[in-house]
Amino acid sequence: MTSPSDRPHADPGFFKRIRLSILSDPVIPHTDLERKRYLFRNLILHFRPATVPVDTLRFSLTWGLGGMAAVLVLLQIGTGVLLKFAYEPTPAAAYASIQSLVAGVPFGRLIRNMHHWCAHLLVLVVLLHMLRVFFTGAFHPPRQFNWVIGLTLFCFVLIANFSGYLLPWDQLAYWAVTVSTGMLEYVPWFGFAVQKLIRGGPDIGPATLRIFFAVHTAVVPILLFLLMGFHFWRVRKAGGLVIPHAPGEASLDPPEKVPTLPDLLLRETVVALALIAVVILLAIFFDAPLDDPANPGLSPNPTKAPWYFAGLQELLLHLHPLFAVFIVPLVAAAALLTLPYLRYETDTGGVWFASRTGRIAGIVAASVALVITPVLILLDDWLTHPGNRFSDIPAVIGDGLIPFVFLLAAIALIYRMLRRRFSASRNETIQAVFIFLLAAFIIMTIIGVWFRGAGMKLVWP
Amino acid sequence: MPKKRVEKETAVALPRRNFLTKLWFGLGLVVFGELVWIVTSFLRPRRSPTPEGDFGAIVTAGPVEGFTQNSVTAFPRGHFYLARLEDGGFLAISRRCTHLGCTVPWITEDQQFICPCHSSAFDIRGAVVRSPAPRPLDLYPITIENEVVLVDTGRTIRRSEFRPEQVAFGQRGAKKG
Repeated sequence: MTSPSDRPHADPGFFKRIRLSILSDPVIPHTDLERKRYLFRNLILHFRPATVPVDTLRFSLTWGLGGMAAVLVLLQIGTGVLLKFAYEPTPAAAYASIQSLVAGVPFGRLIRNMHHWCAHLLVLVVLLHMLRVFFTGAFHPPRQFNWVIGLTLFCFVLIANFSGYLLPWDQLAYWAVTVSTGMLEYVPWFGFAVQKLIRGGPDIGPATLRIFFAVHTAVVPILLFLLMGFHFWRVRKAGGLVIPHAPGEASLDPPEKVPTLPDLLLRETVVALALIAVVILLAIFFDAPLDDPANPGLSPNPTKAPWYFAGLQELLLHLHPLFAVFIVPLVAAAALLTLPYLRYETDTGGVWFASRTGRIAGIVAASVALVITPVLILLDDWLTHPGNRFSDIPAVIGDGLIPFVFLLAAIALIYRMLRRRFSASRNETIQAVFIFLLAAFIIMTIIGVWFRGAGMKLVWP
Repeated sequence: MPKKRVEKETAVALPRRNFLTKLWFGLGLVVFGELVWIVTSFLRPRRSPTPEGDFGAIVTAGPVEGFTQNSVTAFPRGHFYLARLEDGGFLAISRRCTHLGCTVPWITEDQQFICPCHSSAFDIRGAVVRSPAPRPLDLYPITIENEVVLVDTGRTIRRSEFRPEQVAFGQRGAKKG
């Protein structure tokens, strides 16, 4: 290795000339100037800013979540490419190829487990990242559109997970995908056509596996990677992250800055290494599940959707399908997309939960949802007990329209009460409503995953 | 001289430029449309040339007298159940639950199809006994030729309720009438 004190003009030898033709800077920069030059001239690092506001380095601002998501995506690409050499995407061979991967290929089990745990962690981390951005108000201008890009990235992560779910072609995969794609039948007008397109026919079969494999290993990775670049670029164009400050306290203008290398990059590396260690530990000690080979003639009991769709499946048990799988998700998606474009009184960027009022309102909203959701689920379970299910009201109205309007009315009531009675700002009120719905959805997911047993009956786990 | 040229441009070239711009945009749209057309026709699901098992073909279920009244016989390779009702009529009932597509088994002791996924229940005619299933189990058309039951699994009949005309009768079954 060359030392930085080498004079570049002292006629270099053959191998050094080759090295200098690749990288003319010292391998390890020592002075601030050298670091700055290094950052500018390195292909991978040059899209980072030279300096960053020192306050954005605070771990409690980002929890390193965006960086973690990027690291997980890279791990998925690495392990995924390896898995591609071992996997055969046909119904006859898929299951056996996983079996021989796990049993026969050196490190096959480790790589598969890593891919599995990274996938679940990715959904979780991206979700938490989204919540972080929302709760620190990092969606206000100029970051509005990046919120939209982020939502699209989240969709891609879900598609990647879901398409990968089918590939082992075991009972778990086969029936989870059957149930999940079965939900599409309830989407009016185009649901049936979309379902047929996704499955490559009326049923799950060889065509479905081919399609899912192509989507999982080509379509999603390419789109995800491109869009990630766009996402990062918009962060930089917005002048970096929101600068955190306590409620009511103004942030310094211009902010105090520190060089990206080493201050930011070292922190990112630490987070990345810790995360990779966690993934490897998970992969060593917990195996990715592999059920019996897929049997289209025998549905296991219970058959559940993957955990990130469990909330939706829980909703499907209570609401008419038209509302559960179409109207509610559509309204939710529209609400999420329009969040940054609503009119707010104040830019709360950088303040956790907008303000003190915002925090209190949020805690109250979460507590209310925590009580109301299980009560409503138990009530509906008792009301719809076999025998007293059928009534004179059509199901679309009784199980769909009435609960939906009731939910909208409840939201409107909460909104009005917070605005009038507690004179909360629009930021705080919308945040409280968001927390209310989020808490309800989380509880439905928990119930769907752990509290539903055979025949999807409520059980104690 | 230059002045004259400018006049000429504004008078003649601008409408032409406008026209050409529109033409380019129009061509761009055509190219885009073609791309969409090519990609969608490439990706459109095709009927596989060889149906897997018996499913998708006409299945010969067997002679009418081979099925006792009030019985359900499974045809796993054809993905359906042949139900013979009390009056001797036949129904070829799809095994796919109309709720989310799980495979429903026939539970003899309950005399019902009960879905293991969300516990929808259907009677021997495929009609919903217990929700969440929104409609009766699908049917396949039955023809009875020379007292032999044939089921066309290539064509699925969706129905919103059970009606007597859905039931197929053989010669001897019809006599009861």
